[in-house]
Amino acid sequence: MNLFEIIDEIEKVDPEIHERLNPRRAAIKNITSFGSKVAVAAMPFALGTLFKKAYGQTATPSVFDVLNYALTLEYLEAEYYNVGTSRGVIPAANSAYMANIARDENNHVNFLRTVINSSGGTAISKPAIDLSGGNGSGTGPYAGAFTNYDLFLTVAQAFEDTGVRAYKGQAGFLAGNKTVLTAALSIHAVEARHASAIRQLRFNRGATTTKPWIVSTASLGNDTGVAGVDGNYAGEENTVQGGVDLKSLGSIGVVTASFDEPLTKDQVLALLSGTFLVKR
Amino acid sequence: MKTELDLTTGGANMARRSFLRYAGTGAAAVAVLGAASCKKDYSERSNSNDIGSGDMGVLNFAYALEQLEAAFYLQVIATPYSGITTTETAYLTDIKDHEVLHRDFFKTALGSSAIQALTPDFSKINFSDRASVLGAAKLFEDTGVRAYDGAGYLIQDTNYLLIAGKIVSVEARHAALISNLITPGSFVASDQVDANGLNYSNTIAEVLTAANGYLKTKVTAPNFQYYA
Repeated sequence: MNLFEIIDEIEKVDPEIHERLNPRRAAIKNITSFGSKVAVAAMPFALGTLFKKAYGQTATPSVFDVLNYALTLEYLEAEYYNVGTSRGVIPAANSAYMANIARDENNHVNFLRTVINSSGGTAISKPAIDLSGGNGSGTGPYAGAFTNYDLFLTVAQAFEDTGVRAYKGQAGFLAGNKTVLTAALSIHAVEARHASAIRQLRFNRGATTTKPWIVSTASLGNDTGVAGVDGNYAGEENTVQGGVDLKSLGSIGVVTASFDEPLTKDQVLALLSGTFLVKR
Repeated sequence: MKTELDLTTGGANMARRSFLRYAGTGAAAVAVLGAASCKKDYSERSNSNDIGSGDMGVLNFAYALEQLEAAFYLQVIATPYSGITTTETAYLTDIKDHEVLHRDFFKTALGSSAIQALTPDFSKINFSDRASVLGAAKLFEDTGVRAYDGAGYLIQDTNYLLIAGKIVSVEARHAALISNLITPGSFVASDQVDANGLNYSNTIAEVLTAANGYLKTKVTAPNFQYYA
């Protein structure tokens, strides 16, 4: 059996298979990148990728779109920690933690700007930001974050967890791109390290139900206890991975904490636009 | 273009079929593939220490690491180090539960494509000593993060890539915590994060070289240029 036999078989069901595949020679070429010998075990999944491309089920944003979206989020995070570290809200015992995070977020901004601009794209400028979540009013629900350290940490946790979810949601658009996907995954991991550390600091300050990982219930992804960020955690309660319902293998808390879920770009921008990102 | 299928590896079973359906190939293509499968000389991977090739190879690579991590934390919880605190016990128990679930998930999802159960070799670790245990935990977690990040681009199917992404951030959460238990504030130290704010990543060969130091059953990956 070879690929052409499979395609011939499909032709009996879908006479237009060749037309669907022809404009997408690159998709077919992906199969050869497995190597000259492809194990049959891997083959169905290769076909899944091939056909998804041939039938155009996924609209793919450009790599620059993905990177500029990531840059938007990094501008916001960097701004939050830059202001936080300059306002005296952070206790001395935690200042090294926050300085590290601020350093990383600013490095992410610079890295993404450099990558985009040096690759022929145009890095977006820093957007108008309202760290109070008030769409430019400065009097949003999180206005107290720079005088109340526990609130500062709570908002930071939501930013970091959301950042992790946002990067994860873009991975598929960068599939197979060794340079860009690896860089994005590497930033993604650092955001998760931040999220873990902030959660641990909150635990140490008395938020005793807060773990370094997101522990959802069967009906609520959000484990922060702040209802205002339910949307940032929507879907974290998922228990099905790769078609396997993991509830048979562990408790809800364990199952949900073991897998972090993605957010789409639309979901993330809906959460931020008109609140932290000023929409005029 | 010449693409010959090699039927000497892999096979089909129910667990993998449900996994496959999720992959978005569609029932029609699956049926076609079944009809077009002309040989039955499958040999299963369940007796093999070779991760295989393609996406199944990368997933088996992950499964090998999760087996190692799960075995490690099961031992940590079974024989806690002296002076362990209540908080540390709670953290390490959670991590043990996560790694066992990751292991069981891969075993179920891979079905007959899964590599064999691996026997660990923890002779280098003193389980009664906090520094030894947390040092090993840090190595395993940091290596896990670098492994998933480094192998992500090899995954062709975006559904599997997403699953790897869902797991790697949890490993990064573990890594940061373990690092902070050893040295508070070290969660993004320069041993793991570069000057651009990127976590370091490693190749499959680099990761397996490290992992095999803790395995009696050596894992090989000839399709990824690694021979144990």
